[in-house]
Amino acid sequence: MTTDVLKKVPVREQDAKQRAANFEEVCLGYDKEEAMCEATRCINCKNAQCIKGCPVAINIPGFIEKVKEGDIAAAYQVISEASALPAVCGRVCPQESQCEGKCIRGIKGEPVSIGKLERFVADWARENGIKPDGAKEKKGKKVAVIGSGPAGLTCAGDLAKMGYEVTIFEALHEPGGVLVYGIPEFRLPKEAVVAKEIENVKSLGVKIETNVVVGKSVTIDELMEEEGFDAVFIGSGAGLPKFMGIPGEQALGVFSANEYLTRSNLMKAFDESSNTPIMHGKKVAVVGGGNVAMDAARTALRLGAEVHIVYRRSEEELPARVEEVHHAKEEGIIFDLLTNPTEILADENGWVSGIKCVRMELGEPDASGRRRPVVIEGSEFTMEVDTVIMSLGTSPNPLISSTTKGLEVNKYKCIVAEEEFGATTKEGVYAGGDAVTGAATVILAMGAGKAAAKGIDEYLSSK
Amino acid sequence: MYRITKAEKLAENIYLMDVEAKRVAKACEPGQFVIVRMDEAGERIPLTICDYDREKGTVTIVFQVVGAATELMRHLKTGDAFQDFVGPLGCPSELIHEDKAVLKQKKILFVAGGLGTAPVYPQVKWLHEQGIAADVIVGAKTKDLLIMEKEMEAVSGNLYVTTDDGSYGRSGMVTKVIEDLIESEGRQYDLCVAIGPMIMMKFVCLTTKKYDLPTIVSMNPIMVDGTGMCGACRLTVDGEVKFACVDGPEFDGHKVDFDQAMKRQQMYKTKEGRDFLKAKEGDTHHGGCGNCAS
Repeated sequence: MTTDVLKKVPVREQDAKQRAANFEEVCLGYDKEEAMCEATRCINCKNAQCIKGCPVAINIPGFIEKVKEGDIAAAYQVISEASALPAVCGRVCPQESQCEGKCIRGIKGEPVSIGKLERFVADWARENGIKPDGAKEKKGKKVAVIGSGPAGLTCAGDLAKMGYEVTIFEALHEPGGVLVYGIPEFRLPKEAVVAKEIENVKSLGVKIETNVVVGKSVTIDELMEEEGFDAVFIGSGAGLPKFMGIPGEQALGVFSANEYLTRSNLMKAFDESSNTPIMHGKKVAVVGGGNVAMDAARTALRLGAEVHIVYRRSEEELPARVEEVHHAKEEGIIFDLLTNPTEILADENGWVSGIKCVRMELGEPDASGRRRPVVIEGSEFTMEVDTVIMSLGTSPNPLISSTTKGLEVNKYKCIVAEEEFGATTKEGVYAGGDAVTGAATVILAMGAGKAAAKGIDEYLSSK
Repeated sequence: MYRITKAEKLAENIYLMDVEAKRVAKACEPGQFVIVRMDEAGERIPLTICDYDREKGTVTIVFQVVGAATELMRHLKTGDAFQDFVGPLGCPSELIHEDKAVLKQKKILFVAGGLGTAPVYPQVKWLHEQGIAADVIVGAKTKDLLIMEKEMEAVSGNLYVTTDDGSYGRSGMVTKVIEDLIESEGRQYDLCVAIGPMIMMKFVCLTTKKYDLPTIVSMNPIMVDGTGMCGACRLTVDGEVKFACVDGPEFDGHKVDFDQAMKRQQMYKTKEGRDFLKAKEGDTHHGGCGNCAS
């Protein structure tokens, strides 16, 4: 295989037309030959910037070196020292703004395709039955982890590797958090990838108890006082979906992206054999421009709809990963940018019939540094749609903070946790991920889970 | 898995089950609910808690067969198990947080309609255990659909049973009984708690409003996760959007927008809603409506 050293080895994908009608994975990943070829593009920098760009600080040149040698098993062990979920991260991390964004290769050409290499290594290890190494000795202390999303799984995995006895409590009937209910099958296969990564975490000795809503089924105080947990990590995720507060939002056919995606992903409503219903709209407006909006839009498309992304800023400000926007466009999602809904219209039976919008233009930068969208006077128009999906982010769920003594929240109701190790205001209780930061990314949650595992280890070692 | 220790048919299409769920049985309070899932392909079904036994670690649920999922559920027998049983969800009834002395001074009227008798029962029972006798109106369409009469009798003050068709007890709707009690039978109440079909709760609220009688209702909209994540259960209370699963399920009935809530409930829950959805989707209908899928 020969290659232009300035360019990534291209990755195979399902054809856009074909995949727009199925739920199978879009990106097909590298094979070993392609991976080894791409690995040769890494120049193994002494002061590797890519590691600094990685929230869990994977030894990136280290694992790529092993790929170059063709020793994929060794590459996997290098990654799993730092990450519990490489097959997930290789698929959903925003590499362009993290590891790959810092890659020296990226100055003159394209950066090394670190994400696709990570994915290849993780997939290869799974297919070849290689598991991460477990703890050598037990510490004899118990840690409870609340939530089995990326933060919780990472924290639990790291603590188990250190020798702690870890139990994860999950509110839903299946572990995985956002990896299961939020991110669609075509981006992150559930059985083949997520379930297997969770198996790996379990193989380290982590127990998972599903159907436990901490704050309702049991409180943190009870876990510590009655069930003998020496420390607790809260990785309960972001929580309640936001709505715009515009007229008509209670009409039939208006969903939060959370509801729409949960029905499709967790409850498998896209599959005809599932008992859970989902509305198959003909023309769908997805309001918002983040990764979740892209996921909802591409799900609606696969269920047979014409789909419009309605976003009030311009393409440049879209918070979604570049790859997701690119894939969405390829599949035929229509982007109505600089457009903001003002009202949802309903027919005489209460079902959505349209969405009233105004055109926007960009003004001066706001507090987020992005140019603030301003309404263009007299630009109001109506778009005929039968489904509206609101993807505007979430606000924190009060279930845990309101039932735990001594746990402080900030003015946004996010749990207050110290940045370095995630310590909260309650002794022995740590927190990280969206419960602390508000809605963010999988890898940032993993970074926080990892930091908290260190914090908990230090706390319990000094006790 | 959550083992069923008792399964009983209470009336046509109404079933009662005791289910082993230690954490739920330990933590639940009157007014809360659970979500059950029968098997891998099952829907998540919210059900109110009818009773609980903290020592045995069991929770009693009562459900009515309304669709594909509950149709399958009714065939479960003693010794079978639910795949999933999660809870307790929602906030407990406000009664249990009230000062006991204040509560004892209050005259409380419960109004239970049909299946609503099941979630009313633990509240009346709890009050009974505190030495408070609350009056209860139980309404059913007809005699054969009346449930838990004996149990309710054992824990309530005055029990007034009424059937729509007059086949048992008093005759007519629960709203008529409320009017009769207050207007011609000299009863006075400080608080009303009404649980039943949304249409019943709506009319109870219209009735109690005439008497300025504060009324609590328990809402049962469509839900998916039941922990606040999906927002499917949102409803408007006093002009504000609330989530029944985390802010409720109990709300001030005089402030609930029932017409909107009833419309939203139609979506997948009733045959009409599902058929309407199918007609609306036309060519793009791929099943998943709960009717043609299984």
